[in-house]
Amino acid sequence: MSTSSSVLDSFNIQASHDLTWNVLPLLHQIKHAMDNLVDNNVNEVIDLRSIPLAPGEEDNLLNFLGQGEVKAQLNALGPSEILETQFNGVWLITHYNDENEIVSRHIEVTYMPEILLSQMQDIRSSIQRLSEKLSESQTDNSTESTQDERH
Amino acid sequence: MTNNKNLKDRTLGDAMQSQGISRRSFLKFCAATASMMALPPSMIPAIAEALEKARKPSVIWLSFQECTGCTESLTRSHTATIENLIFDSISLDYHHTLQAASGEAAEEAREEAMKENWGEYLLVVDGSIPTKDMGYSTIAGISNLDMFLQTAAGAAAIISVGTCAAFGGIPHAHPNPTGAYSVYDIIKMYGNADLDGISSASLSNNKGGSVTDTPIITVPGCPPIPVVITGVLTHYLTFGTIPELDHLGRPKAFYGQSIHDRCYRRPFYDKGLFAETFDDEGAKKGWCLYKLGCKGPTTYNACATTKWNNGTSFPIESGHPCLGCSEPHFWDGGGFYKALSVPTFDIPTTAVYAAAGAAAAGVALGTLNKSKKNSAVKEHTKTTIDDLEKE
Repeated sequence: MSTSSSVLDSFNIQASHDLTWNVLPLLHQIKHAMDNLVDNNVNEVIDLRSIPLAPGEEDNLLNFLGQGEVKAQLNALGPSEILETQFNGVWLITHYNDENEIVSRHIEVTYMPEILLSQMQDIRSSIQRLSEKLSESQTDNSTESTQDERH
Repeated sequence: MTNNKNLKDRTLGDAMQSQGISRRSFLKFCAATASMMALPPSMIPAIAEALEKARKPSVIWLSFQECTGCTESLTRSHTATIENLIFDSISLDYHHTLQAASGEAAEEAREEAMKENWGEYLLVVDGSIPTKDMGYSTIAGISNLDMFLQTAAGAAAIISVGTCAAFGGIPHAHPNPTGAYSVYDIIKMYGNADLDGISSASLSNNKGGSVTDTPIITVPGCPPIPVVITGVLTHYLTFGTIPELDHLGRPKAFYGQSIHDRCYRRPFYDKGLFAETFDDEGAKKGWCLYKLGCKGPTTYNACATTKWNNGTSFPIESGHPCLGCSEPHFWDGGGFYKALSVPTFDIPTTAVYAAAGAAAAGVALGTLNKSKKNSAVKEHTKTTIDDLEKE
C-alpha cells in the first residue's frame, strides 16, 4: 500500500487531497454494517471493484482501516490475503491470481470470513485421504513384521 | 466416478473436483466471478450452486473485418487463473486466430462442431461483415457473410464482441467502402434468406435457416474490457441464460450506467470546473474533461469502475477524454476533441440562479444537461450526442 501511494504521489498528475469523496461515505457504510452485524447478526460484503474510486482513494481507505490482530494467507488458485482491520469485525479480503495480480478485493463485515472456514466437502475428502494413508501404513507395517518373523 | 462421464456431460464441479481443486478454492473462484460479472457479493452462494452444475458449452468464435484487438484484449486479461478455469469449462471449438489448424482442416472442425452441437452452441463474433463485395473478406475461400449465416443458423445465442460486430465500428464508418454491417443488421437484412441460396458449403444438419429469433448479446468497446467479455461468457456458462440487456442488446450489469455518472471527476462537472486545454491548471488538478470532448455523458460502459490493466486506470484517469467507443457510430461522432455541447447559447435565467456566484457557465451546463438527462431517464430514453449538440 505504501509503495503504491508513493508511486501515485510522484507519478499521477491528478493525485489530490480533494479527491476523497468516496472514502467518508464508505466508512459510514462500514459503520452501519457493523451495527447490523451486532444487532441483527447480518454479514455484509462490499466489492471495492464496483465503486468508482479516484486515484489514491483506495489507499486512503485501506490506510484508515489499518491492520488488526489477524492476518491469514490462503493458497488456493493463487494467493489470497485475509486480514482483520483495526476495527474488529471488518475484514479486508484480497484475492490474487498466479501472477500476483489482484482479481478481487472485498471488505467483509462479519465475525469470520467464510473463506477461512474449513469446508465440509474438503473435510470429507480429507477423511478419505487420511484413511487411505492409514491403511497403507498398516499394510507396510504388517509386511515388515512378516519379513522380521522370517529372519 | 467423474471419469466415466462423457466429457461433454461433465459439469464445472466435476472438472474442478477431478483437478483436485478444493471447495475453498472454488469459493474464491466464485467471489472473483461475482466481481467479474458485476453481480453483488450476496449472489456468491447462487453462483457457486449454479457453477457446480454448469455444463461445458461448445463455443465457435468467428473473426471478420477486425483488427484482432478484441481477441488481444481477451487473451491479455488479468485474471488468468480464473479465465483458464472458464476456458477449461467451455469447448472453444473454432477460433481461427488462436487455433493451430488452418484452411480446410479448420473449416472441417467448425462444421463438425456445428453438427454435433446444432442449436446449442454459442457463437461469438468479432468484426463487422462486408456486404458490398464478397471478396473483401474471406476465410478459406468462404465469404464472411456466408460463414456467419451458416454458423448463426444453429447457434443458441450470438455474442457480438467489440464495436465492429456490435455496431459496425470503424469499417462501417463513413464512407463505409466495404458495405460493412453489424451482426444485428446482418441478421435483420439476411436472417430470412434461404441459406442454400447464399452458401457455397453444404451442411447436412441444416435446420432451415431463419436466425431472426436467435438472441444477440452485444459487448461493444474498442476493444471491450476483458473482464466484460469473460463476464458475459461466464454469465451464460453459470446460469445458462442471457443476462438482462438494454435496448442495444448490451448487458445492463456492465453497460447500465454512463461513464459520466460513475466518473470520479463528476463532482468537478457539477461544480463547473473544467480543464480547458490538456496542460492548463484544470488538467493538472484533474478537473472534468467535458470541454475537451469527453463523451462520458453519452457513453455506457464499465470503464470507470472495472478500469483497465488490472484495475490500474481508465482513459479519464489518465487525463484523456472518453472517446465513446462502446456507442454506435462513435467514429462518426463529429470529432474526439469536440465538446458534446459548448456554452455558445444564452444560459437561461433559472440556470444562472442555480449557478449563483460560481463558475457560471460550467454549473449551468451541468444543470441543463442534468435536466435533459432527467427527462430522458423519465422517458426511458438516452441522451444522445445529437440531443446535446442541439442544446
